[in-house]
Amino acid sequence: CPLSTRCCGPPGAAPAMNCRAEVLEVSVEGRQVEEAMLAVLHTVLLHRSTGKFHYKKEGTYSIGTVGTQDVDCDFIDFAYVRVSSEELDRALRKAVGEFKDALRGSGSDGMGQISLEFYQKKKSRWPFSDECIPWELWTIKVNVVNLANEQERQICREKVGEKLCEKIINIVEVMNRHEYLPKMPTQSEVDNVFDTSLKDVQPYLYKISYQITDSLGTSVTTTMRRLIKDTLAL
Amino acid sequence: AMDTDLSSQDRKDLDKFIKFFALKTVQVIVQARLGEKICTRSSSSPTGSDWFNLAIKDIPEVTHEAKKALAGQLPAVGRSMCVEISLKTSEGDSMELEIWCLEMNEKCDKEIKVSYTVYNRLSLLLKSLLAITRVTPAYRLSRKQGHEYVILYRIYFGEVQLSGLGEGFQTVRVGTVGTPVGTITLSCAYRINLAFMSTRQFERTPPIMGIIIDHFVDRPYPSSSPMHPCNYRAGEDSGAVYPSVEDSQEVCTTSFSTSPPSQCVFTVTKAHFQTPPPVVTDTLKVPVVGLAFSHQLSSSRLSYQPAALGVGSADMGYPVLFAGGLNAAHPHQLIGPGKDGGVPPIPSQPAHGTQADQERMCTPLDGVHYSAATPSSSEDTETVSNSSEGKCGSPHDLLETIFVRKVGAFVNKPINQVTMANLDIPFAMFAPKNVELEDNDPMVNPPDSPETESPLQGSLHSEGSSGSSTGNTHDDFVMIDFKPAFSKDDILPMDLGTFYREFQNPPQLSSLSIDIGAQSMAEDLDSLPEKLAVHEKNVKEFDAFVETLQ
Repeated sequence: CPLSTRCCGPPGAAPAMNCRAEVLEVSVEGRQVEEAMLAVLHTVLLHRSTGKFHYKKEGTYSIGTVGTQDVDCDFIDFAYVRVSSEELDRALRKAVGEFKDALRGSGSDGMGQISLEFYQKKKSRWPFSDECIPWELWTIKVNVVNLANEQERQICREKVGEKLCEKIINIVEVMNRHEYLPKMPTQSEVDNVFDTSLKDVQPYLYKISYQITDSLGTSVTTTMRRLIKDTLAL
Repeated sequence: AMDTDLSSQDRKDLDKFIKFFALKTVQVIVQARLGEKICTRSSSSPTGSDWFNLAIKDIPEVTHEAKKALAGQLPAVGRSMCVEISLKTSEGDSMELEIWCLEMNEKCDKEIKVSYTVYNRLSLLLKSLLAITRVTPAYRLSRKQGHEYVILYRIYFGEVQLSGLGEGFQTVRVGTVGTPVGTITLSCAYRINLAFMSTRQFERTPPIMGIIIDHFVDRPYPSSSPMHPCNYRAGEDSGAVYPSVEDSQEVCTTSFSTSPPSQCVFTVTKAHFQTPPPVVTDTLKVPVVGLAFSHQLSSSRLSYQPAALGVGSADMGYPVLFAGGLNAAHPHQLIGPGKDGGVPPIPSQPAHGTQADQERMCTPLDGVHYSAATPSSSEDTETVSNSSEGKCGSPHDLLETIFVRKVGAFVNKPINQVTMANLDIPFAMFAPKNVELEDNDPMVNPPDSPETESPLQGSLHSEGSSGSSTGNTHDDFVMIDFKPAFSKDDILPMDLGTFYREFQNPPQLSSLSIDIGAQSMAEDLDSLPEKLAVHEKNVKEFDAFVETLQ
């Protein structure tokens, strides 16, 4: 993958040649992180989920119906549409919650990124384990800002709302390119392409991971630490 | 000759897909402007009536409107389906906010599989539409509707008319799907020059530029035209009976085959239905005119393009056109110019056997209901175009809107001094001003303020006056003797009392003088865009500077 510097999947996953990578960047206040991430992830998954497949005889299948619902954000002047699936929503909230906690934790300068990777499984023969081949990677770079007063927070609500509108438009643009999508699988292959564990919708196989960026010398403490370390190393 | 390669079955399927795609597109857009959160359930077992595998409810009235507009045709080159979203205030002013366009161009994709790829891509496009309808400015406006304004929709088929959106409108592309007969494009053009003011304005905060231009004055007449909420929960207000979903739609059950993937077993069953003739209510429906005015935010001289009085409607983007491109089977009722401004009232004579185009309201059931308009025959407000009165009521007249301008609050000038007699600018809060009306612009020529005395002066003079606001205080009081407290006369050549006497009438600060003050304010406002541009250019530097502070 020519954009390997941007891919940040779990170590060991080699991006395929046709893995398309998209990067979005947002600057948000701490309490906006969760909603902003959910908005982006849900919008992507809305486009990357289908109804449940029901295979019938002769290799035909029918597709279930995907419902949608509006979600209003509490800390951002923004609303988005997500797939009506509580299981999917719970899974995303769990991942985003972990990401938010990691961002808040020590060692973080408020910068990190969360990635949503769509992959296909390629079954290998024993004793080799299955390969995961990503075909689309979405990375959201987050910069957490701290605001001083209520007026700034109000402005931030609106600004982040506008930014997210732009991101949604960007996502839709990418989706509209109609680039590579895995072939519709046969019944035996469906679990290599789709996540069939949910009861009401069927997203493409995906995994979410995140990284907290270590700041590089922007804070005095880090610089001092490095200086002392360097001195001691001599 | 474009579809020679397309089997007749494929062609039939494709036409059906496009037709239902158009209907679902309208549903998504209108439902997104209802002002409510939409929620539909996923269902793992296909019900057979969910087109494109998406749970999108069908509001019968909306389907009816869409089918009426399409009149059995499909979007084709030069024949686009447009959904116009506009805002209408409780006083009858209206404004176009968005035009959603479903268009077809000539670029064909012969290789694409109709029943499989096209279908799935149309489904994806509907999902994109769901997402995009929430990110244009009108969404937030529509969520707040109900009290001061409502959101209306109108569907038309033919040429896209964007001029009602004002200057500087923006476009967002929702997506495209190539088919063997052409490429379907879905996009939205939306007005932006109200985006930032709108939510604030309707939250009752002062306009952002702090200029009190005007404010709404109660109109003597109720706003025109009965509107119907496009709410599928009850049709109590409309007497119309619309065919229910199950009866009117063809049921679609799609099966896809994976062996080989290119084959598709596609079955469509037509549910048996009777088509009751659509019952049209007998109230007249009024096309809401998109008002075209431009609003230059950066200029203190807000420029104003008066609505064309008698000018060809095509220029001003009136949605109701007699120009070509419209379905001639539906001639539109035209409304004569109202005397009260804004949306003109319906003339009392019945429609000339024609059916009016409809403006449908997107509000929840308890939304605002407007009473039928009464022609303003008895009022005597002056109107600018007296000559147009003779044309009132004729369906073949060009649509004209009359502006009645009310003088703003705090302006001392009597009403009859307003040159454009009684022109009421809709959305006056953020209405641009006629350049020629600068004389009446309170910012340029502020009203005669009370004679400004310095507070010091006022308080010194008056021993009983509370800072008289009229006339010169010197005339009213004569200082006889002034004994400032704690002062001694004999020590200094200038004592406190002398000081007071000498300096009791300082000249007015030039910046406080009205003319210069107003001018400099106006100059300041004029220079704002330049300053903003400079600042914007240097934004990186500012950011870097801020970074160093953190």
